[in-house]
Amino acid sequence: MYSHDVLVLGAGLAGMRAALEAARSGANVAMLSKVYPVRSHSNAAQGGINAALTDRGDDWHEHAYDTVKGSDFLGDQDAIEVMCREAGQELINLEHMGVIFNRDDEGRLGTRAFGGQRRARTFFVADITGQAILHVMYEQILKYNVRVYDEWYATTLITDHGRCGGVVAMEMRTGEVHAIRAKAVILATGGLGRVFEPSTNALICTGDGMALAYRAGAPLMDMEMVQYHPTTLKGSGVLLSEGARGEGAYLINSRGERFMERYAPNMMELASRDVVSRAEITEINEGNDIDGCVLLDCRHLGTAKIMERLMYIHEVALDLVGVDITKDPVPIRPGVHYQMGGIKTDIDGRCWDPAGNWRGVEGLFAAGETACVSVHGGNRLGANSLLDTVIFGRRSAQEAMAYASANNHLEFSEDSWVGREKAGMQALLDNNGGGDLVAKLRLDMATAMDQGLGVYRTEEGMQEALDAVRGMKDRFKNVIVQDKGKSYNTNLIFALELGCMLDCAEAIAVGGIDRKESRGAHSRLDYAARDDENWMKHILLYQGPGDQVTKEYVPIVITQWQPEERKY
Amino acid sequence: MQAKVSVRRFNPDEEQPKPYTQEYDVEVEENFTVLDALIKVREEIDGSLALRCSCRAAICGSCAMRVNGHAVLACKARVTQHLSEDGSVSVEPAGNQPVIKDLVVDLEPFWNKIRAVEPYLQPSLPEPEGEYLAPNDVMLHLVDVMGCIMCGACVSDCTVLEVDPNFLGPAALAKAYRFVADTRDEEDTKRLGMYNAYGGIWDCTRCGECVQACPKGVAPMDRIMALREKAIASGTPPGSYDGASYGYRHAVAFEEIVAHKGRLEETQLVVKTLGMFNLPKMLGMVPTAIQAMFRRKMPPPIAKAAPGVDQVRRIANRIKWNRLSDAE
Repeated sequence: MYSHDVLVLGAGLAGMRAALEAARSGANVAMLSKVYPVRSHSNAAQGGINAALTDRGDDWHEHAYDTVKGSDFLGDQDAIEVMCREAGQELINLEHMGVIFNRDDEGRLGTRAFGGQRRARTFFVADITGQAILHVMYEQILKYNVRVYDEWYATTLITDHGRCGGVVAMEMRTGEVHAIRAKAVILATGGLGRVFEPSTNALICTGDGMALAYRAGAPLMDMEMVQYHPTTLKGSGVLLSEGARGEGAYLINSRGERFMERYAPNMMELASRDVVSRAEITEINEGNDIDGCVLLDCRHLGTAKIMERLMYIHEVALDLVGVDITKDPVPIRPGVHYQMGGIKTDIDGRCWDPAGNWRGVEGLFAAGETACVSVHGGNRLGANSLLDTVIFGRRSAQEAMAYASANNHLEFSEDSWVGREKAGMQALLDNNGGGDLVAKLRLDMATAMDQGLGVYRTEEGMQEALDAVRGMKDRFKNVIVQDKGKSYNTNLIFALELGCMLDCAEAIAVGGIDRKESRGAHSRLDYAARDDENWMKHILLYQGPGDQVTKEYVPIVITQWQPEERKY
Repeated sequence: MQAKVSVRRFNPDEEQPKPYTQEYDVEVEENFTVLDALIKVREEIDGSLALRCSCRAAICGSCAMRVNGHAVLACKARVTQHLSEDGSVSVEPAGNQPVIKDLVVDLEPFWNKIRAVEPYLQPSLPEPEGEYLAPNDVMLHLVDVMGCIMCGACVSDCTVLEVDPNFLGPAALAKAYRFVADTRDEEDTKRLGMYNAYGGIWDCTRCGECVQACPKGVAPMDRIMALREKAIASGTPPGSYDGASYGYRHAVAFEEIVAHKGRLEETQLVVKTLGMFNLPKMLGMVPTAIQAMFRRKMPPPIAKAAPGVDQVRRIANRIKWNRLSDAE
């Protein structure tokens, strides 16, 4: 059997940062990913990475406050402090690894402004920051010769009595199913954007890790907090970076007004994402739209600046909607972008609580978008996600190594775990009756979620979506996988991913219905105000018993910032 | 609008797997990319069609494949721009790589070549407390190379790889350039020595296919040429492999002869490149020489200096000076 001390699922930035930390310490570590590491969706982070550098006159407390306020006071302040305090060193680490970064005139790292922050503290590489960091991180993975299970798909966590001891995974090329043993497993599997349609997310963002942890008994937290990014392309929903507004681009409506004046007179286009997305939807609903969109106007930035700093969105807009942003404004609208919620972890990435205040799965860790530490609370600030991945990727690896050296491997029967997974896959392959095609069912789910859990939500709408999703979980049992082959069966993988997405969708809707207030990205028309008296708490969801979802609550951690009215 | 999407397929699960072509009639919208069309096939018509794709926005590098015979990123290629007169478009797997299934190729050879160029920063100085200082223009120049998304479109269409699988290839060498051009990396001499070797920078034939194929404007061939210039300028000794030293010596001899005679003396170029006493290679040139004689194209063994050769020499000297002062 394959065997490791630490096994990392996912090879985006969080996963690679974790694996790198373990490899540098000489641990027996491996990564497993359904795509080659540089295909991961961290690529798509465009605008930059936040850090308060003291030698630039910045202070991490200010970064932390902006993050707390951005989170609409739902973020755990101990976690936010950790992230913001360690940001500077981690940024320098990245630079030392070889990340390019735009510079100032003295050759030091340069900054740009970003949403929801009072200072320019976003470090960047044109508008391909995620790609530039991801590829350099992979260079380091190659340097340290980390074992990578490229194009393997994990189907379940191996657990016994609340402890995780490995995974069962399929090697996609051969279709063979194997167990991989590990003393500690780190989930770094990214987001779940494909639960919605449209979405900025890549086709691989299907919430696999969240579903695996949830099924294994770990809680999902604050799943209702789904971020709508204010500037996504019509149709495909592909992202246009907040960096555009950071560089000074305007949002205008059909009447040519910079409408953010009316919603966030101080920060204008650079208010928090939830605020800007709501403003856009309000404009669109009031008829100030152009075919369901408002406009992002970059023209006044000039061609030189656009081609140096926004070259990628220039390319994307030209390729996908045929608009040259140096010459014309581009139609955009809010689109699903990021899951603030996820697998509950502590500040060291643990998916269980050694103090026993909440139940979880021992030996299991999570980092990055799949995790909910929670540093983003109700709304993530732009350029805090890359930071989250590297900080908590590293920290979870440190803790996972400590756990692995203090514990033995879990004993389990390889045959029975592998056999059970194979039987599940075979059952899907054997479906031949009148079921849905995988893509059809996925689209039905994603459309229902878009309608019921959009920028503005109501009890009724969310309940409808939840009922629909539950119906689809039944339909899923008969879903048709047309490809009956063994090798590289992507059709089967999509079916397995859809199973994961349905679990995530249900959790999002249950969380949304439960939280009877408006906070951050969760805006309810029937509970329009934030309710600090009753809702300064996180919602934890457990799968089971049976088809049920069990709810628990844990208080928000407050260290130095009491909730206050949020204005931009 | 209807498009006929003709896909080269291969199913390894068959008893005697053989490539075949399958046509799909797909309803496409005006902005549809080839990827959109393929996804539509896979989702609505034939779930067994295998391809890699993820981001849909030319950043993840998954969907390099051949459309109408040339490598593209399927998510960047508009269907309408690739339709032939009869309304069809042909899609095949990327070239120069073994096919696993349908449009999915084996990327292990690709990654092994990336590994071979030691693709990670190697600073020799101790790390500073803060960032390394680096000029913005150097960094902006590198952003163009970092734009490489490792899709392998260049590798697919590389004409050298077609005949010599040992060639490191455009993607790996462009990656190599990124470190040589990075002022923070201190291992230029070692690197240029490595890239000079068998399968390295001198094996490129400058056909330009990689520049055409690259969807991100990385222009791998230009990076390979820049590496050659750096290798020559730094006087990095050519690697032990014959081919590497010939390419290098060819370039050096070319310059020497022109600087001396004001024109190219082709006979001398052969002698200086191969080496006067390199009998096997020199004898190998005999058939070429005989053919050239019969066709009256044999250049004279020693050519006269060109008129105005003094001016050419002055230019050559100026170039040498500039190069020396650049090196300092």
